[in-house]
Amino acid sequence: MNLFYTATDHFVLSPAIQLAFWGCAILLLDTWLIPDPRKRRWLVPIFVLPAIVLTAIALGKQHAYLVSEGAREISAFNGALTVDGFALFFNWVFLISTLIVSIVSYRYLEIEGEHHGEYYGLILLANCGMFFLATGTDLVTLFVGLELMALCFYVMVGFLRGERRSNEAALKYLILGAFSSALLVYGFSLFYGMAGATKLSVIVKAMQGRDPWDPVLFLAMATTSVGLLFKISAAPFHMWAPDAYEGAPTTTTAYLSVASKAASIAFLLRIFLGPLDVARPAWEPLLAGVAILTMTVGNFAAITQTNVKRLLAYSSISHAGYMLLGLIAGNDTGLKGIAVYVLVYTFMNLGAFLVVIALRRQNIIGEDVADLAGLAKRHPGYALLMLVFLLSLAGIPPTAGFLGKYYIFLSLVETGHYVLAVIGTLYVAVAIYYYFRIVRSMYLDEAAADTAPLASTVGLRFAVGVSGLLTLCIGIYPEPFLRLAHTSLLK
Amino acid sequence: MSFLGWFLLTPLAAFLLLLLLPREQEKTIRVAALALSLAIFGLSLGLLAGEPRETDLAWIPELNIRYHVAVDGLSIWLILLTTLLTPISILISWKYIDRRVKEFHAFLLLLEFGVLGVFAAMDLFLFYVYWEVGLVPMYFLIGIWGHDRRIYAAVKFFLYTMAASVLMLASIIYVYQRAGTFDYPAILAMLASGKLTFTSLEQTLLFLAFFVAFAVKVPLFPLHTWLPDAHVEAPTAGSVMLASVLLKLGTYGILRFCLPMFPTAARENAGWIAVLAIVGIVYGALVAMVQPNVKKLVAYSSVSHLGFVILGIFSFNQQGFDGAVYQMLNHGVSTGALFMLVGYLYERRHSLEIQDYGGVSTPAPWLSTVFLITTLASIGLPTLNNFVGEFLVLQGAAQADFRWAVFAATGVILSACYMLWMYQRTFYGETPEKVTHQMTDLNGREWAAILPLLALMVWMGTAAETFLPRISAANRLILQQTTVNVPFNVQTPAPRPDVAAKEIADAR
Repeated sequence: MNLFYTATDHFVLSPAIQLAFWGCAILLLDTWLIPDPRKRRWLVPIFVLPAIVLTAIALGKQHAYLVSEGAREISAFNGALTVDGFALFFNWVFLISTLIVSIVSYRYLEIEGEHHGEYYGLILLANCGMFFLATGTDLVTLFVGLELMALCFYVMVGFLRGERRSNEAALKYLILGAFSSALLVYGFSLFYGMAGATKLSVIVKAMQGRDPWDPVLFLAMATTSVGLLFKISAAPFHMWAPDAYEGAPTTTTAYLSVASKAASIAFLLRIFLGPLDVARPAWEPLLAGVAILTMTVGNFAAITQTNVKRLLAYSSISHAGYMLLGLIAGNDTGLKGIAVYVLVYTFMNLGAFLVVIALRRQNIIGEDVADLAGLAKRHPGYALLMLVFLLSLAGIPPTAGFLGKYYIFLSLVETGHYVLAVIGTLYVAVAIYYYFRIVRSMYLDEAAADTAPLASTVGLRFAVGVSGLLTLCIGIYPEPFLRLAHTSLLK
Repeated sequence: MSFLGWFLLTPLAAFLLLLLLPREQEKTIRVAALALSLAIFGLSLGLLAGEPRETDLAWIPELNIRYHVAVDGLSIWLILLTTLLTPISILISWKYIDRRVKEFHAFLLLLEFGVLGVFAAMDLFLFYVYWEVGLVPMYFLIGIWGHDRRIYAAVKFFLYTMAASVLMLASIIYVYQRAGTFDYPAILAMLASGKLTFTSLEQTLLFLAFFVAFAVKVPLFPLHTWLPDAHVEAPTAGSVMLASVLLKLGTYGILRFCLPMFPTAARENAGWIAVLAIVGIVYGALVAMVQPNVKKLVAYSSVSHLGFVILGIFSFNQQGFDGAVYQMLNHGVSTGALFMLVGYLYERRHSLEIQDYGGVSTPAPWLSTVFLITTLASIGLPTLNNFVGEFLVLQGAAQADFRWAVFAATGVILSACYMLWMYQRTFYGETPEKVTHQMTDLNGREWAAILPLLALMVWMGTAAETFLPRISAANRLILQQTTVNVPFNVQTPAPRPDVAAKEIADAR
């Protein structure tokens, strides 16, 4: 037992320190250090840049250390934090999302008339919470990370103070989120009761040899699952997602749908492959049911949506179902598949939301499927990229999304879950229908009278372009990305 | 990477090149697209002579996926047909497509890229990727440049083919799981050596998953309902590519993948499939007869003609296979030509209803002559191409089950009825004033587009020897593969050894 703050501790914690420091610094700058509101406007967002660069350097050092030493993991704080391939992989994903979302937020919030520096502070602090979700190996650390992330999101979802949709979304998200957190923490308390410790490694040892159908374990599993499934918006705990996605500022929606989901998936994997691994016979059928239900709800509800943000919300629900399938398969392919899926999902989903952001202009909301009509004529570049994102979301080769789905299906077939594989593939056909409603609107429908130029900034163009390029690249030449995903395997 | 490997990427390069051109310069785009597609056609002729015709490279080693492409007697002619019809499609769209010109030509080249890949892919994963790549451009070709109900038709086309092919993906993954490789020749070798065997249930399910994906594309009765909509609504070039090339993807897939991989299931199911094919032949012909819309008539005739191809394949003998493949090419040439000519009519009269025509032969004698030759080719007049294919198919069917041949032969008679009746109502009789005004004869561009196809009709009808040896050699191999693991032996007339050796040498 080490009671002091060691160099290793600092090394492992350094990305979080950077994120927290700059996050707090931005809050201070915004409220106190820069008194002139006009200067504040453009000065505050600039500070996101050093935050991201320094965090990336810290992560890069950890990455380099793992590679050069050939070590599997670096453990710190007596096992409360563990940096391994898994943690690094997810942390990179979070950081990329943070970068892209920060780049595009400035103009968007200006248009919404709610440009405040604290938004950037919240983004960085949320990312800090995610860091603990991916790196934490202690129930308390994980829970604190989860709450840090969630609290930031509650504020960000309700950021459009003047808009009722946004307020309503935030309140719904907050109440349901608090409820699910309570259930989660109740489950954690049961683990503590069974193992007498909060460290995952100790709990795993204590659980060994326990009957999978042990009632206490089952109760712990059930309550923890509810909390986790809520966070990844799996049915039947998905109710908050469409409202929160639609009401939130679109930049927040993009961040919520990508980074928050990735963090929650990382958290879910840590728990299900750690303390709950012994209970696999109990949770496997349960999760299979949840996955099928999630895909069903997500895909069928998306068909009738007319609001693009809501449609993408339901589609993101169905994607959560696919990711769960990888966990159900549970072999290396499946877990690698989840990593690949998270990676490609980040780019394609962010990309799709970025196009929606570009459509939001002064006095034009631009969230309806009909608002995209004729986009191919007016802005062929954006339309083409949106097409790539939608094809990828639908899982059509040669885009990245196909590869993610392919991995999941392969793992299901390898482990003999044929029925799930068939259901999963059949839902691809359903998904194509609603994604192509957007394509149809962009390419086939006559242009709407909307002639206002898009709210396209250099940053936005750059972000969309990079997302589109990566979505295609991962699909056409995925080898380096697959290797990266391989390092994220959690044994 | 050998010649073939590079060649298959040329349409993609052309597609990207076209994207770089400014969209206002429509003339430049048309000329560039035509020149590029002609160059691709020229290169494809090199496949007839070029050696070696195989490329096998690692693509995604992590997943064991290879860029393995090869060309044999089965695919070579289909590839040439595709590369020939792409420049022709551009030519016939010169005036017809007057908006979003850049996108149109880009999509056409992307379609060519996907289709060529399907015909050459020897890796199941690669095959699936190409298969899907071809779908998206066709959706746009119908949906953007089509007629009034284009969006409905495009969505229907897309959903039908997509829904059918997702189960094929699941089956491909299953085959990979069992075989440990996506490499098609390797899988066949494992099947032949008995290293890989499928139980009867596995075979049936996998066969059905593959078969349904292909049958929708063919389309086999009763999965054909998307076809008339898609054809009628598509622009002329879209109809031509759809009929001539895209439908062949289905029949090619059945012959290339379904039969050799799952021979037992294929033979067990041959009975009802052949019956469906015959129903399709007769049904397609009968429905075609009552169509008031000339494009729809040709579309239903496609259902009928493709029935012959399926029937030939499921006869499981050399003549049937040869006839089926030959009929694929014939249909590509003659139905493609028919759609072009219907497009010519439409560009002049702006109507597809037969009743709006009549006496066209007076103001446009050359158009009528060319149309008549194509019509006769389509109904299988000896010395023109379809006769050879239909004859071989019927011969093959008769060997398998004489009743099949009897019923299928009625399709030949019916095709003469509906085609000639349509011709008579359109081109003979009194000439309404409007027709006289609007019907001008073929111009130079139109001649240039149709002449290669007319030449092919005669060539394929009189000198089948140019094409058949390579086809037979490939089919002989497939027939052999479908005979392995089959409990009963099929009677095939033994090929004369000297001829066979020469054919195989030719094919190489």
